[in-house]
Amino acid sequence: MVNYSERTLDRTFAALVDETRRAILARLAREDSATVSELAKPFAIKLPAVMKHLDVLYDAGLISRSKVGRVVTVRIQAGPMREAMDWMRRYERFWSKSLDRLAAYAESKEGAATKKRR
Amino acid sequence: MTSLTLVRRIRARPSIVFEALTTPEGIAQWWGPDAGPVLAAETDVRIGGRFRVRFRMLDGTEHESAGEYLEIVEPERLVMSWQWTNGGEPEEAGEVSRIEIDLKRIDAGTEITFTHARLRTQASRASHEQGWAGALDKLVRHFSTEHFA
Repeated sequence: MVNYSERTLDRTFAALVDETRRAILARLAREDSATVSELAKPFAIKLPAVMKHLDVLYDAGLISRSKVGRVVTVRIQAGPMREAMDWMRRYERFWSKSLDRLAAYAESKEGAATKKRR
Repeated sequence: MTSLTLVRRIRARPSIVFEALTTPEGIAQWWGPDAGPVLAAETDVRIGGRFRVRFRMLDGTEHESAGEYLEIVEPERLVMSWQWTNGGEPEEAGEVSRIEIDLKRIDAGTEITFTHARLRTQASRASHEQGWAGALDKLVRHFSTEHFA
């Protein structure tokens, strides 16, 4: 009901398909920023593989990178995630509001039916 | 997340809830994301029969969705296909999703489990192939609100 860019959503969902990338994002959400070597530490994969995952996240606009000397610091970018979440939440809102009214309506019908029976 | 499930307890018997879900008079009372009116509702409650609901939101925009009844077990279960036929979510134009509703009798009345599944074919295909159904949802929980403030 709001016009969102389909390509942005596609890139976001595609980037989030991978478990390692989700773990990286979750960590960045907790810690605000981390260096590439810090990010690579918990994983059993090599640094170049982590760099590739970071490229995908960067292309999807989910992270930013800044370099000071030889140290690359990575930060999370909220925009595309927010867009993906908004998209899901619109459906949640739609049905949540609808079910609230459904409940109120059915309960009034039940009240009327119970009264009639007495 | 490619499917959404909501559970509610309603103080009314399942037959009354089922009727509210399937009659045009009932649908007119509850369908839609805000307090805007339902403009038209049609239902043909039999397997292969169709429904159509048109509503106006408070912002003045009009939307219409329609679908086909796929399973009917009165008053316990209702499954229908679902798509936007006018307005709605532009990302989903032409895509068919699925609504499954289960009504369970409880002491207080009815427990309704409402699932909107197969949202956005492309994303759900990825989720089935790569096993990340619900992953985005899980990730969302990791994020504290200040990141989105």
